[in-house]
Amino acid sequence: MSDPILSVHNLVGGYGKMTILNGTTFAVPSATITTIIGPNGAGKSTVFKAIFGLLKLREGKISFAGRDVTNLSQRALLNAGICYVPQGRNIFPELSVRHNIELGGVAADKGLDLPKRIEAALDLFPALRRKSAQQASTLSGGEQKQLEIARSLLLEPKLVLVDEPSIGLSPLMVQQTFDILKSLRDRGVTILMIEQNARSALEISDIGIVLELGQTRMVDDARRILNDPRIGQLFLGGAMEESAA
Amino acid sequence: MSDFAKPLKIALGLAIVAALIVVPMNFNRYGLFILSQWAVMSIAAMGLNLTLGYAGQVSLAQGAFVGIGAYAAAIMTTHGWPLPAAILVAIVLSFAIGWVLGYPALRVQHHYLAFVTLAFSTLAFLVFRNESWLTGGIYGISNIPRPHIFGIATNKPLPFYYVCLGSLAIVSLAVWWLIRSPWGRAFMALRENPLRAQSLGVDTRRYTLMAFAIGSGLGGVAGALYAPLTQYIDPVPFNLSLSLDLLLMVIVGGAGFYFGPFLGAMIAVLLPEWLRFTEGYYLMLYAIAVMLLLIWSPTGILGILDRYLAERRTKAASALRAVAKSRLETVQ
Repeated sequence: MSDPILSVHNLVGGYGKMTILNGTTFAVPSATITTIIGPNGAGKSTVFKAIFGLLKLREGKISFAGRDVTNLSQRALLNAGICYVPQGRNIFPELSVRHNIELGGVAADKGLDLPKRIEAALDLFPALRRKSAQQASTLSGGEQKQLEIARSLLLEPKLVLVDEPSIGLSPLMVQQTFDILKSLRDRGVTILMIEQNARSALEISDIGIVLELGQTRMVDDARRILNDPRIGQLFLGGAMEESAA
Repeated sequence: MSDFAKPLKIALGLAIVAALIVVPMNFNRYGLFILSQWAVMSIAAMGLNLTLGYAGQVSLAQGAFVGIGAYAAAIMTTHGWPLPAAILVAIVLSFAIGWVLGYPALRVQHHYLAFVTLAFSTLAFLVFRNESWLTGGIYGISNIPRPHIFGIATNKPLPFYYVCLGSLAIVSLAVWWLIRSPWGRAFMALRENPLRAQSLGVDTRRYTLMAFAIGSGLGGVAGALYAPLTQYIDPVPFNLSLSLDLLLMVIVGGAGFYFGPFLGAMIAVLLPEWLRFTEGYYLMLYAIAVMLLLIWSPTGILGILDRYLAERRTKAASALRAVAKSRLETVQ
């Protein structure tokens, strides 16, 4: 497996006085799909917020491509090559498809040829090019997902954080979305994903990370995690045995 | 259709501009005053439309910023300063105070934010009324001069109407540019979902403050024109009802639509005048008309047009699907 592009070490943080992350530690190898799974309240989305600077950490360190990026601004992180796709529909429904894509370049450094990048993004998704002048709300669910991904590619990220990409999509659309993520991985982009639909996500992943109560309980090959009987136990509500840690 | 739509829109726009220049030449003093007031209130409503309609931040303080601009202009021009300098000071002052007022919006939203701005509105009114050494208190400031523009006196109603109209044109162009720039898109992203906007690198904190500051700055411009328009100001016109009137203009016209404030100001300023023939009933009719409109179209007058266009697009898309389906069946 290649060197880690992202490593998080001993993250401690939460909301107000509530601590959600309790020493979360893991590394994500470059050009892989890594999926974080865990029961509700495990701190999965909170880890993403911490990596993307949306949550101030009390302790811990986040390194990206050998550089300390702990608590950097979103603009700095985007320019460093990290992009974040939050949970749910992430389009701006009242704006046109083209304007939605343009928003992916808000954080771009001056001198970047944005019009060219937008054209390149539209080339990847012909359906979006045909509908580029339409309001984004008129797109189908699958097209909206494509729009999110097209927008996230505008700054040519090295790492994409995707929170629950399958939520609210039909099985066929989930498959299409996962295919897009696989093709990004094949182009050298690292994907770090959170997914409740653990089985499907692990099937397309290289690495699996199991979080529980803000702590990393397992980091292993995705196939091995998929076949681990203790995972079912975790998702059925019981805590993992200490030996699993 | 789209081949004709653009030239048609340009022709319609030019016709409206020409009418606004030519038709008022035959108006009497009162008609010109009302039309000038429409231009001034359109500027203030455009500012609120940026803050509320585009960036989604509720404000009940726009009337206070009109007051700040009006007092700045009245104080300066009665002390011999030219109006353009007074407008500049009004913009800077309103922008800076608007920026500070934006800070609560970083913590509270919606009706809570409305109450914070309402409190500011009351505070501004108390300053206008009680700080007599600066504002003249309840006696106000009178004999506010009108400017000379390129050596032409604008004391008479028609030349000053053109000053108001020219200012409206400049502000309209600036706002047109702003909402089409990446700034405008960032404002809309902020309105629709702050977390999504932040995930794209939009500095939501800076844009929230900016939305308040720019909107307030335009309120200041409107005030700086209002003072020489009426040539006398006291605190009463800048109380909470002006803020509510401006909110009404934005909502009735269509919040988040570029032309919303023009229409909204037209309805709020001109409709009550046009209904005067009904004598004692005009305000009641006006209130009923506004209520019915908002029940029918909560997104304002331009919302009706938008809905109509969306329905037409849906019908066109359905027709295309039907054609595609029949072709598929023929192939099979």
